[in-house]
Parts: sequence; C-alpha cells; structure tokens
Amino acid sequence: MFRRKDVLGLRDWSKEEIALVLDTAAAMKDILGRDLKKVPALRGRSVATLFYEPSTRTRASFELAAKYMSADTVSLNASASSIAKGESLLDTIWTIEAMGVDVVVLRHPVPGTSLQIAEHTRMHVVNAGDGAHEHPTQALLDMYTVRERLGRVEGLTLAIVGDISHSRVARSNIWGWQKMGAKVRVVGPPTMIPVDIDKAGVQVYWDIEEGLRGADVIMGLRIQLEREARGFFPSFAEYTSFYGLTRERIRSINPGALILHPGPVNRGVEITDEVLSSANAAVNEQVTNGVAVRMALLYLLLGGGQGDGFAS
Amino acid sequence: MALLLRGGRVIDPAQGLDMVADVLVEGSRISAITTGSGMSRPDVEVVDVTGKIVGPGLIDAHAHLREPGLEYKEDILSASRAAVKGGYTGVMAMPDTDPPVDNAAMVQFIYTRGRQAGLARVFPVGAVTAGRKGEKLAEIGYAAQAGAVAFSDDGQPIANSEILRRALEYLRPLKRPLIDHCQDANLSGRGVMHEGLVSFELGLEGIPSAAEEVAVARDLILSAYTGARIHLAHLSAKGSVSMLAQAKEKGIPVTAEVTPHHLILTHEVLRTYDTNTKVNPPLRTEEDRQALLQALRQGLIDIIATDHAPHASHEKRVDFNQAPFGISGLETALPLVVTYLVKPGYLSWMEAIARMSTNPAQIFGLPGGNLRVGSLADLVVIDPETVKEVRPEDFASKGKNNPFIGQKLSGWPVMTIVGGRIVMRDGEVI
Repeated sequence: MFRRKDVLGLRDWSKEEIALVLDTAAAMKDILGRDLKKVPALRGRSVATLFYEPSTRTRASFELAAKYMSADTVSLNASASSIAKGESLLDTIWTIEAMGVDVVVLRHPVPGTSLQIAEHTRMHVVNAGDGAHEHPTQALLDMYTVRERLGRVEGLTLAIVGDISHSRVARSNIWGWQKMGAKVRVVGPPTMIPVDIDKAGVQVYWDIEEGLRGADVIMGLRIQLEREARGFFPSFAEYTSFYGLTRERIRSINPGALILHPGPVNRGVEITDEVLSSANAAVNEQVTNGVAVRMALLYLLLGGGQGDGFAS
Repeated sequence: MALLLRGGRVIDPAQGLDMVADVLVEGSRISAITTGSGMSRPDVEVVDVTGKIVGPGLIDAHAHLREPGLEYKEDILSASRAAVKGGYTGVMAMPDTDPPVDNAAMVQFIYTRGRQAGLARVFPVGAVTAGRKGEKLAEIGYAAQAGAVAFSDDGQPIANSEILRRALEYLRPLKRPLIDHCQDANLSGRGVMHEGLVSFELGLEGIPSAAEEVAVARDLILSAYTGARIHLAHLSAKGSVSMLAQAKEKGIPVTAEVTPHHLILTHEVLRTYDTNTKVNPPLRTEEDRQALLQALRQGLIDIIATDHAPHASHEKRVDFNQAPFGISGLETALPLVVTYLVKPGYLSWMEAIARMSTNPAQIFGLPGGNLRVGSLADLVVIDPETVKEVRPEDFASKGKNNPFIGQKLSGWPVMTIVGGRIVMRDGEVI
C-alpha cells in the first residue's frame, strides 16, 4: 500500500514504493492505449497545478493524467495570479486549500519549497520540480521507460551526462536508480559536478568516453544558456565537442545503449538530432509514460484501490 | 542600597578566581568579595545565590541591533532587553544599520539610544568604509574619538585588499581592532549553505569553505604586513582555524570569534529547509565543527560571540533562497554554551566565562569582564541546573528566528546586574 501524504522526492523512498508506482503505471498505460481514455477513478476529486516556472510538458502531463481519471483540474499560473501582487507562496497554498482542492502539483525555482509547504497544508503535495532539488515524477517515468524497454532497472548502469550540479532530474534519478539496485555514473566537466557527490555512491567521470563505456542507459541533460555566462564552461562549441552525445561517439563507444533525455532538448548542443531520432532513443516514450506514471501517483495518493471505480 | 550576593560560586577568569564567596556591591562598583561574611547590615539587600554561578556579566562582541532604519526587526531597547535576559551586560553593535554607522554622529546616536534603554551597555562598532560600500575609508578617526570600540563592514566583506590594507594602517595609532567578515564574495556567489554532500542532496547553491579561507589568509597576511590588529568574525571552517594557529604562533596580532551555532550545529540540520538554519557563514561539516571546538578549547579562538541577527517572522517564512541569513541569538547563547560545551566537559566554567566576558572586554578595551574589587559591578548569576525550553514567545528580542526553538536547555541566567543595578531577575527584565 502507498501510505505517503505527499510526493516530494525519491531520496527517502523505498524500493517497494518505487516498484508499486511502476506497477500501477503499467495498468494506467493500458488506459492510454484505449480510444476512450477516461476512467471514473478520481471523479469528484480536484487537482491544482501551481507553476512558478514555465513548463509545457510536465504541466500538460499532470493535467491530462488527472483528467483521464475524471478529476477536476485547475491551473494556476504564477505570473498571472496574485503572486505578482506579492502574495506569499503559503498564502497562495492556503487559498487553494480553502477552495477544496485535494492535490496541488507544485513547480518552483527554489529547492525545498514543496517540502516547506507540505508541512503547512492538508492537501497532498506533488513536487513537479523544485529548483535543483528533485523532480521525482521524471525519475519514475525514466525508470518506467527503461523497465519497459530493457525489462528491468536492477543491475543496470546509468550514465547521466551534463550539468549535474543544477539538475533536479539527475538527483531524483540518482536516488531512484540506486534504490532499485542500479549503478549510477555522472559525466561532465568538473565545474558541473557537485562537490562530494562521490560520497553519495555515485561514480564520477570527467572523460565522456570512459563514462559511457559499458553504460546500459545514457541520459543527456539540458544545458542552460546562462551556464556559459557564469563560467561553467568556455563555449557551447567546446561543450558539444567534449561532452555532446553524438552518433559517432555513441556508435563507437556504446552502440546498444538506451538514450534518454528529460527535455526540452537543445538540439545540437548536448545531443544531436541523429541520436534523438535513432532507434536507441526513447524520448517520445518518456513523454507518454510520464502521463501513465502521473496517473498512477495521483491514483495512489488519493487512496487508489479502495472502492473508487477503478479495479485495483 | 548595597547588594550582597551570598554563597554563590564566584568565578572570575581575570583573577583566576573560582570559590564559594559573597560578592558585595556598593553603588555601581564591587566593593568586596569575601567568604562567609555573614553580613547583615540593614542597608544591604541580601540575595541568596547558593548553588548558582556568579561571574562577570557577559559581553557580546558581535550583535546586530538594527536601529536605526530596521526597527521592525529589532531596536536598541528590544535588543538591550534581550541582552540582559541572556545574561549580557555589554553588547557591541554592528554598524550595518540604515543608514550605517559610518560617522561620529551615528556613533553618538548609538551611545545615546543605548543609555536611554538603560539596560546593557551598548558599544558601537563603526563602519570601515563610507556607506559600507568598500570603496573609501569612513571617517574612522572621528568615529573612534566619538567612542567606536572597533571597526567593521560586517555582513559586507571588504573585497578590495588595498582598502583593507589602508584601513589597517590607519587604525594602528587609534588602537582599535578591525573586525572582518572573512568571505570572498565571488567564491560565495549565490550560495545559501555550505557546499558539500548536503547541498548537493538539497539542490541548494553552496558556499565553499574556501570562500572563508581565502579571506582569512589575506587578512592574516595584511595584519602581519601592517602590524595592525585584526579580529576574525564568526569563523566556520577548519582551514581557517589552522591558519589562525600558525598566525598566532608567528605573533601576528590576530584574535577570533565563533558563534554557539557553529559550535553545535552542522549542515545536516538544513535538511528540513528550515530558514532558521540559514546563516552566514553557513553551518559546515562535523569535521569543521570539531576543529572549531578544539580551537576554542585551546584558546586559539578567543571569543564566543552571538552574531545576533534578528529578522521579522515574515522575512524568514519564505522560500530558502529568499530568506535572510541569521539567528536571533542573545537569549540562547549562554544556555547553549552550558548545555553543549560546559556540561559535556568541552569547556570549564572558567573557560566559558573567559570566552564570553573577560576576553571580549580585554580585546576591545571595554569596561566589565572582571570581578576585581573597585570594578564596575556588571555581573551575571547563572543557575546551572534549571532546565527550560526555548520558546519564541519568551524572547524579548523582536527576532524569533532561532533554530533551537523547542529544545530544552540548562544553565540559564537568573540575574543580570549592570552598574550595581539589578536589570533582570528570574527571566524578567526590570
């Protein structure tokens, strides 16, 4: 049984909890394959998405997940709401709570915000990305995709390439994959590898050839434009040359590896078009699976399986 | 009326005194320390302090009193109340007010407001540079004449080494130390906590130890070069401590302080994202904490200072990046030191009182800090056994931002006497 009030991050999750979500997501994916994608599982429940950062795919993914299960949804855009008038995050949360919302899906640029608000609201809080801290649903959908393609996560080696320091996706995947019995490597220039990350059981590679060798799954991360200006690397050209996921590099080092990317992609910077469109890449499947995983989480959070119209 | 504190354990590091005795206060001064006086003059109020510690009143070398300009966080009266509640008879006021204390008139203003409050003695620290902008020396000489006891741009590290050098040179004849907040602002960048495993796990930007160590190294080099006295504020890193040890060995005129929270907490407590744990310099690793403890014990670090930094509750009740740095610390410093350092045996009572009273008085040339007959009667009486919970509603400070809220601590001050007058008794400010 899933007994959490909130989904804040995978660092303190057990292997069993992750497996339960992945198993439930498999049932949800069947619904996505139907012509009529609607079940009454969450009828009468409401889900709010509150995003303080621009996002298309994550927000749409959560909202569709809720709608496919008949929940009512409301979408609050931080720039358009009273946040612009100086209302604090907690005030906003309490307002949403007062309207009877059951689940709030929060994206915020500052690490820890979802944890901070979860302590102050009765609503279920789902972290849809808080700064560089965690993005648990992304890691769950990544693991789901790999399990679907390769049959397992346990025993595999994942190489995450790019800006690890500023990546919530990297962190959630590091915790999730390790819990599931996989090995995690991080690959990138030392300026983008957090200090002391090796103490978290992660192997560090500054050389991409070494880092990719023998990896079953390769995950490229988005390189943000402002990193160049802040001196994390000298130029995009140099970054691509040293750390870009190119067809030649993957073909020569690790031709069988599965390629993931959380999107959105800087095509030609951290990963080439060719790699994205190759049979190795599972980027589109990640998007589909994202909906299934989020359906599973909402379902489990709202007491799924307890006489709510969806077969458990 | 005279006052007799009867039967307490009297501890005075200035005289190496640790004995059960009676302390007689007449007027504003200590008139006698005797054993078994059995005194019963009709004009003497006798207070039985059996089982309690009687020491020189605590002196905080580092507090932010926020007045003028930021009175919604704290003012000199509320800070003075917090000080005497915490057992402090003297407080050094940092100049990062709005406007900053960077001229003689402002120094006089702080003295005036301190006297009007009429509780703890308030000693103004002047800014090193005009407006604390780090560009041009403030009128340090006039400010010193007006009574500034030291100079600092605290909260704003002096980035320009040339300015720091000139300030140190200029201060030599004025015989006032320069207090530096040792931090290379480029290296600390946008950091909000110690850079390491925990900052990685929390996804928060880190402040490396190197940001402090680089500045400490520079300050020690310039102190040695100019021969001027430098005081290193709130040290946090192991590397700083080892440089301090070498510098003291070479005879460089340097002193240093550490806060109770850096001695007790590590970056592990930030896992809750509690903004009350956000301080600058940040809470660091267990290894750093151990190095600070050892240095304090050995006397390498001379002073325990609070870095009292009160903030309004709405300022701290925001996301971690937005929250201001700092702890409201005047009222918890002593019980924290007793609970975490004296009781477990890291420091003797004598050492603790030396680092919280005698040493700050000596380093900054302040009255108090000793129990010599004829000295000002600035005293604290401590009950080592009373256990009390830290509750924000008990704070006299306007700032309730404190990471120890809810903890039970022992060793609270039960009486504070300033200039022979009882200003706090059993937790009540009089």
